[in-house]
Amino acid sequence: MSSSMLSTILFIAFVAFTLVLVFRAGRSNKKSSDFYDGGGSFSGFQNGLAIAGDYMSAASFLGIAGTIALFGYDGFLYSIGFLVAWLVALLLIAEPLRNSGRFTMGDVLAFRMKQRPVRGAAATSTLVVSIFYLMAQMVGAGALVSLLLGISDPSAKNWIIGGVGILMIIYVTVGGMKGTTYVQIVKAFLLMTGAILMTVMVLWHFGFNVSDLLGAARDASGKGDAFLQPGLKFGKDIIDPVTMAIDPVKTLVSKLDLISLGMALVLGTAGLPHILIRFYTVPTSKAARKSVNWAIGNIGAFYLMTIALGFGAAALVSRVTLLRGFKVDLNGCLIDAKGAAIVNGDVACTPLDHVKDLTPELKALLVPVDPSGNVAAPQLAQFLGGGEGTTGGAVMLAVIGAIAFATILAVVAGLTLASSSSFAHDLYANVIKRGNATAEQEVRVAKISAVVIGGISILLAIGAQGLNVAFLVAIAFAIAASGNLPAVLYSLFWKNFNTRGAVWSIYGGLFSAVILLVFSPNVTGLPTSLIPLVEGGVRFDFFPLANPGLVSIPLGFLFGWLGTITSNERNLAKYAELEVRSMTGAAIGKAVQH
Amino acid sequence: MSSKNEQVWSDTQASPEFQDLKRKFRGFAFPLTVAFLVWYFLYVILTAFAREWVSTPVVGNINIAFILGLLQFATTFLIMWLYERHSSHSLDGPSDALRDKVDKELAK
Repeated sequence: MSSSMLSTILFIAFVAFTLVLVFRAGRSNKKSSDFYDGGGSFSGFQNGLAIAGDYMSAASFLGIAGTIALFGYDGFLYSIGFLVAWLVALLLIAEPLRNSGRFTMGDVLAFRMKQRPVRGAAATSTLVVSIFYLMAQMVGAGALVSLLLGISDPSAKNWIIGGVGILMIIYVTVGGMKGTTYVQIVKAFLLMTGAILMTVMVLWHFGFNVSDLLGAARDASGKGDAFLQPGLKFGKDIIDPVTMAIDPVKTLVSKLDLISLGMALVLGTAGLPHILIRFYTVPTSKAARKSVNWAIGNIGAFYLMTIALGFGAAALVSRVTLLRGFKVDLNGCLIDAKGAAIVNGDVACTPLDHVKDLTPELKALLVPVDPSGNVAAPQLAQFLGGGEGTTGGAVMLAVIGAIAFATILAVVAGLTLASSSSFAHDLYANVIKRGNATAEQEVRVAKISAVVIGGISILLAIGAQGLNVAFLVAIAFAIAASGNLPAVLYSLFWKNFNTRGAVWSIYGGLFSAVILLVFSPNVTGLPTSLIPLVEGGVRFDFFPLANPGLVSIPLGFLFGWLGTITSNERNLAKYAELEVRSMTGAAIGKAVQH
Repeated sequence: MSSKNEQVWSDTQASPEFQDLKRKFRGFAFPLTVAFLVWYFLYVILTAFAREWVSTPVVGNINIAFILGLLQFATTFLIMWLYERHSSHSLDGPSDALRDKVDKELAK
């Protein structure tokens, strides 16, 4: 049996098992509000696993392992940022949020404010963040399938994206929060098991000597000691092509870009709506704290293992395999980025298996099939099982491939749930119906919006297949850190914060991040931009950083402060209620009287 | 009804027990937040601007950059443990007592 068939069978088994769980969860839902919070009765341990399952996306598993495999140390920076970020959630957000809100991020933001403007802003930014994140995961799903199952037909990729979308809609509409939580717990368990298995096998290969593992990765990388040092991907030294000296200005910009990325990673997590609503699934703030502790334990252990997975792939899987070879033309000749055949001396056509004969200058012109190394982890699994063509290799590849799918499904379900909850509870019930919707009406709207949002993201993801997954995730993190985090922190801890402050902070942060991204090198100005740079082509890359966080996060805080001090609205009575409820858990889960 | 509730909230907020709880929470969580953010950004800045220093090998192929990265993991786990200890020793008790008191008054 081929690995792709086995992978498909395992994945179908996962889908069947989770569908049974989800339908049972759907039947056990009693109140309509169970759709939002699963009855609020999960334990800290269960929720901790579910948080880990909600958070560790395909970008973490495949993306970080791939980045380490190709760029060495720099991939590790992602792991650290994604983990340390949890301290913001633990120390400042999880407990007060659980105590003072009910179903959505908007509950806390609108606690003492005018409902309609603040709920509208909260729902807008929830939808924007979640849809970017959804697109990233679904584009990743399409790419993963084509890599693992060897499908390159674009229409097959579209079918896969559509299938993932339909599954997530079923999970959410049938099982609500409870069903989604079960899927995430199962996925977290599978992902941890797979990662532990591979880590032990990699370490065993090197006699449990991490230094030897790193040394082997360095030797195989072809980059020398630089592979074990920061700087191959982020904050590079930029060489001026004319003088061949380091360009001090461009180099500084490139290093600031690294700091900007670090800032978005560490401050984005606590502003992700699909993470925040997970704190409502436990009954008390103490359980919310315990769930973050369990989540930190799981996520930390997982990110530590990315070192073994990434460097293991670099050491054990050949570089050409990691890049999935280089692009060739119809005649099988290696080509450069412009599609011209590589000419090596008087050889006009170099076939793929002659890559090693090329000079380093010519090698630099080659175009990898997968420059992000997204399949490093599955390929490492294949090697650890015995290599290509062996039964063990096929089994390991299939198992890890199926786990990667499960990972994507659990995350997209969480995102769909967060956005449909916010649409129904913030926009429909409080903005459109002005607080006069029944719980049944709300949940009906939530289910309809899950279908609509799911459908929109299927279409967007099919259209966005050319986009880089890491870029889409970075947008979601930057917007969450700039638009949501300042408003949530001000809401919980600043007495004078008011409606205008909240609205300015959310829209100010959100639009700063989006506008800076539009005018960044992500969109124009580079050969790798969304609109690739061609001679005489359009470019409007006025903002030099690829990551907007360094500017847009402080702007989010600044707008919130400015809005607050320029408005006379103060609601000290409601702040007394918010403060007492958030610190003690009094009247927990009860709606605020407006 | 509503104005009576408002009275409960503002009386509780003004009570010495609540102010003490708030001080114990903020006095612990805020400085710790500043500390871990400074330490994290110090790490990021060092990897960006002190490349030669962080590339110094320490043990075998493990250099300072790896040690600093692993220390970020260690401090994250340490802060989690410290906060859990502080919460269960000093915050949970007073917070539960206040909750029961407030809920009883609201139910009156």
